Amino acid sequence: MNNRLKSDKARRQYVTQMRRLRKKSNFAIIGFAGFTCALFLAMIVYFGIYSMTHEEELINNSFNARQQLLVEENRRGRILSRNGEILAESETGEDGKDIRKYPYGNLFAHSVGYTGNGKTGIESAANYNLLQSHISTSEKVQNDINGQKNPGDDVITSLDVALQTVASEALGIYKGAIVVSNPKTGEILAMVSKPDFDPEKIAEQWDDFMKDTESGRLINRASQGLYPPGSTCKIITALAYIRQNPDTYNKYGFTCKGYITSGDERINCYHGSVHGAEDLVTSFAKSCNASFANIGLSLDKKEYRETVDGLLFNSELPVQFIYGKSVMDISEDSTDADVMQDAIGQGRTLMSPLHLNLITQAVANDGVLMKPYLIRQVINADGNIIKDYQPEEYSQIMSTDESSILKGLMREVVLSGTGKKLKDASYSVAGKTGSAEYNGVKEDSHAWFTGFAPVEDPEIAVTVIIEGAGSGGDYAVPIAGRIFDKYFEK
Amino acid sequence: MEQYITEYSKYIIAILGIIYVLTTIWPVFAKNEEKLGLVYGFQTLIFFLIHTSCFLNLLIRTENIQIIFFYIFQLVALYTTIILYYIVYPQANRLIVNNMCLLMALGFVILTRLNYNKAIKQFVIVIISLAVSLIVPELISRFKKLNEWTWFYGAFGVGILGLVLVLGAVTKGAKLSFSLAGITFQPSEFVKILFVLFIAGLLSQSIDFKMVLLSAVCAGAHVMVLVASKDLGSALIYFVGYVVMVFAATANPIYLGCGFGGGAGAAYLAYRLFSHVRVRVIAWKDPWSVIDGAGYQITQSLFAIGCGGLFGLGLCKGSPKSIPYVDTDFVFSAVAEELGVIFAVCLLLIYLSCFLMIVKIALSMSNSFYRITALGLGTTYITQVFLTVGGGIKFIPMTGVTLPFISYGGSSVLASILTFSVVQGLYLISENEKKKRYEFIARRRAERRRYE
Repeated sequence: MNNRLKSDKARRQYVTQMRRLRKKSNFAIIGFAGFTCALFLAMIVYFGIYSMTHEEELINNSFNARQQLLVEENRRGRILSRNGEILAESETGEDGKDIRKYPYGNLFAHSVGYTGNGKTGIESAANYNLLQSHISTSEKVQNDINGQKNPGDDVITSLDVALQTVASEALGIYKGAIVVSNPKTGEILAMVSKPDFDPEKIAEQWDDFMKDTESGRLINRASQGLYPPGSTCKIITALAYIRQNPDTYNKYGFTCKGYITSGDERINCYHGSVHGAEDLVTSFAKSCNASFANIGLSLDKKEYRETVDGLLFNSELPVQFIYGKSVMDISEDSTDADVMQDAIGQGRTLMSPLHLNLITQAVANDGVLMKPYLIRQVINADGNIIKDYQPEEYSQIMSTDESSILKGLMREVVLSGTGKKLKDASYSVAGKTGSAEYNGVKEDSHAWFTGFAPVEDPEIAVTVIIEGAGSGGDYAVPIAGRIFDKYFEK
Repeated sequence: MEQYITEYSKYIIAILGIIYVLTTIWPVFAKNEEKLGLVYGFQTLIFFLIHTSCFLNLLIRTENIQIIFFYIFQLVALYTTIILYYIVYPQANRLIVNNMCLLMALGFVILTRLNYNKAIKQFVIVIISLAVSLIVPELISRFKKLNEWTWFYGAFGVGILGLVLVLGAVTKGAKLSFSLAGITFQPSEFVKILFVLFIAGLLSQSIDFKMVLLSAVCAGAHVMVLVASKDLGSALIYFVGYVVMVFAATANPIYLGCGFGGGAGAAYLAYRLFSHVRVRVIAWKDPWSVIDGAGYQITQSLFAIGCGGLFGLGLCKGSPKSIPYVDTDFVFSAVAEELGVIFAVCLLLIYLSCFLMIVKIALSMSNSFYRITALGLGTTYITQVFLTVGGGIKFIPMTGVTLPFISYGGSSVLASILTFSVVQGLYLISENEKKKRYEFIARRRAERRRYE
């Protein structure tokens, strides 16, 4: 009797224990199920976001065979100028294959680019849009019945045929590059690189181009070409000086004897000129190397480097097409000789014409750099807007005060300095010339000019480089003048 | 006309997918899911519409008349399954039956699109599997001594896996299968079920530390053999299944922590020891840097899911065939590309609803052996889905396992069908228990009334 009671009690205890365990176990199971649901939810969110945000980038990848599907269904869209002139279009041949036509021949070789042996320029940047077709379903049905391809979407660029033509003609047979832009919006109005080629004949001439290692015909010098900036670099040095001496920069004084030395390093002024007594304004206007080497030596190297990096040296540029990365390598360890060379844009410092144009735009636009762009709109074959690209602020790369001081310096270059050739124009220009020596040979120099107009309310920024032409004031300034003339003619 | 059909049907398919998913929520959370006959009937209608519009597309795109007959055969086979289940097992869980048939139908659609001959082969295997598995629920629910065979499951499972390791043919650098009379088997798929029964058998005997340790050693033996065969995906599935079963049986979070801590350690060790593991991790972290080598497969998969968009390119309009092993390990990417992101998400939710239903069954069982078995089967199944989908979309490193019911492969689909059949058997038991409990309560009430 007693025994049975005991076992009864034990049994009851066991049952409650089991019940408790089962309850806990249920919690464990529900917890695991909840965890699994959360994991799946995370995966679904990741999946949705990934597939929605990477479409364009994925389709442009050359490993993606799906591009070919679109090519077979849609005829590649047209590339148009800002005024609607056709810069590139496709014609479907009888074999169903498309032939790409470039009505302006060599003129837009680098900016619009080519397609066939790879893709460059806008052909590459807008590849995804050009391959899509946004016509209505009923039109697609009609095309399907007729066995025709759907017309792809068109891309409207910011390029101006008139400016591009003048720029290209002005460079003539010289090697070099020109970038023309609107500093208020960041639109690129013209981009020329010489020597050029006919993008329509790229396939036939490809082998020759590949053998020709000297001319670098396929390189877009405007964005990929890295040159010593020469005296145009004084814009940057001047900015660094103003930033480090905000109250005393206008009290700067220097007496130029035609050269300056520090240790064994000797910096000469261009063609041995002796500039005499000068302040910051006259040093800049006359582009005095000795004075700017002197300024460079006075700068705090760390802050100098920060100014340089803030102007997008040694970093990526906010553009969609291929470009070269500018270098200006000032550090605490830089020797006096290095700093003197850097201050006048010689030696190790290299930059692209496009980059110089961006800095010029920022000076013109109260220190604000607009994000540069070439594509204004994507429209379907019926003219309806599919995508509209608005001007976008990239960042304020210098203060408004700094930009207005630089504006004054650059205006004086045209009024009384190396840019005098534009003094009497009907519009007001501000700018900076440069004669960048290369190969270590004193006589050989690239002619630079970068500037904007009108000074009061800048609408256009022009950057010119002519390889091996000579001084910027003599060769680059007149070319910039022809472009300004064309722009203000209307 | 044809153009209109193909152009608009992708939207219709996506909408039908959403509707179907919505109908699965109800049974999962309903108290008496067996009384939702109308919902299940509606599901079969949606299922019919999805299946039909997909095949209509395939017919228009491929202009292959044979597809019509193939489609009719499928309809007959799948509807026969649904009806037979209804007649033979009126108490079976109809959500799981419907989901299973829908998933298999989608498998036929995708395989027909990728490779017609493989689709037919798969169809034959599915019919045989369905026929064989029809008796499984009856066996499970009738045969009460299932848990007495514990050691047999373990010995048999490890034995087969070991045999594969020794004798097996080398496929894809991993020893996963062997051929018997011209048919290739991948035993790790079936042994998975035995493994779950084995562990459930051990843990239902006792959950003291000694037993957990013993089960850990046995589970470790399974996993080690799989790792030695380079079948890392399966090893991971077995491992997760084991840890979850222990956690559910003991309700002791320490075991869970030990399990996943040990798992992380083992994963790190595998990363250091095996170059094929490192390659996969590299291909996961930055596939673009190795796009022409180890990253090729995953980047092709990403192209597919990236190009599909919300509604997909439409069946036969994408190029999923550019993904290596698309019909086995990357079938989800093919779905995403041609049927769209929305439908692919619906597919995931359908998989999830099956899992939740299995969890619900596990919760309702009072016998701990059945309980742990149900949970173990559900866990291994959903882990497999997670690994293959997550690997294909670069959410986790690739492990190379198949998508249940959809991927091409006889072993995979047969094992999936068997798993669900066992679950159905467990469901029958739980329904019987429920009935008995009701009868018991009714009897008690009657007795009490008589007593008064």
